[in-house]
Amino acid sequence: MGILTIGCFPGLVGNMSYDFALKLADAAVSKGHKVNIWFSGNATSSVKAHQKHLKDYSTGEKHLAALIEKGVEICTCEACTVARGVQKTESIEKIQWNAMHWYLAKIHASDRVLQIGGE
Amino acid sequence: MGDVKLAFIVQKPQYKGETSRLAITHAISYQTVEILLADGDTVTPTLCFVGEGVLGLQNGQKAMDLYGITSTETHVKNSLLVDLDVLVCKEDLAKYGIPEDAMPDAEDMGADKKIKIAPFSEIQKAIDEAKHILFF
Repeated sequence: MGILTIGCFPGLVGNMSYDFALKLADAAVSKGHKVNIWFSGNATSSVKAHQKHLKDYSTGEKHLAALIEKGVEICTCEACTVARGVQKTESIEKIQWNAMHWYLAKIHASDRVLQIGGE
Repeated sequence: MGDVKLAFIVQKPQYKGETSRLAITHAISYQTVEILLADGDTVTPTLCFVGEGVLGLQNGQKAMDLYGITSTETHVKNSLLVDLDVLVCKEDLAKYGIPEDAMPDAEDMGADKKIKIAPFSEIQKAIDEAKHILFF
């Protein structure tokens, strides 16, 4: 099985690219692939815990928790995240916080990389 | 695994969105990636500006004065300071009427590296040589 690393930059609400990234990750890990997800830019605000799932809006929290349970490594860019006012203590459990070199290190070991750009 | 070459392709104008700038800062982070890699492993990015991505690179930017944020010019200079290969598409500069001598350099910071104004064929070569391509 392969290693897939997804760089996810779009915001949780406002387009469907974020939803696509998570669904793709779920499909890949369910097939037995190792999956890493890197959040940068507006995607980083999605790591905040206690999201209320309103039916008119995409939600990240329950999907992220499920992916982590399946072994997906998820890391948020610390600088991008704190710039949006989200502190580590408010984060969804088991999401890693690191700098951009985390993404490059995961890419180094990856068979495939999917960079999903933001707005 | 050794060295892994990456091509960072910036297609969006600077300041229009955040991701064109994030392309630069992500590429710069190659400088510290080795702390997370095995001995002998490295990552070598090439930072390429094409299409509308060549917009907003000119020298003389005052983003810090006017908006309180680091300018793209400074980020590009930092890229040169850490010896990143920075390619700017020659044809696209011409298309937008941007003079080649408007591109910043980092001589004042002590960098030897300079931006390379490259024909697209050379950028294509960097893409061909990269294991992974990241579009911003």
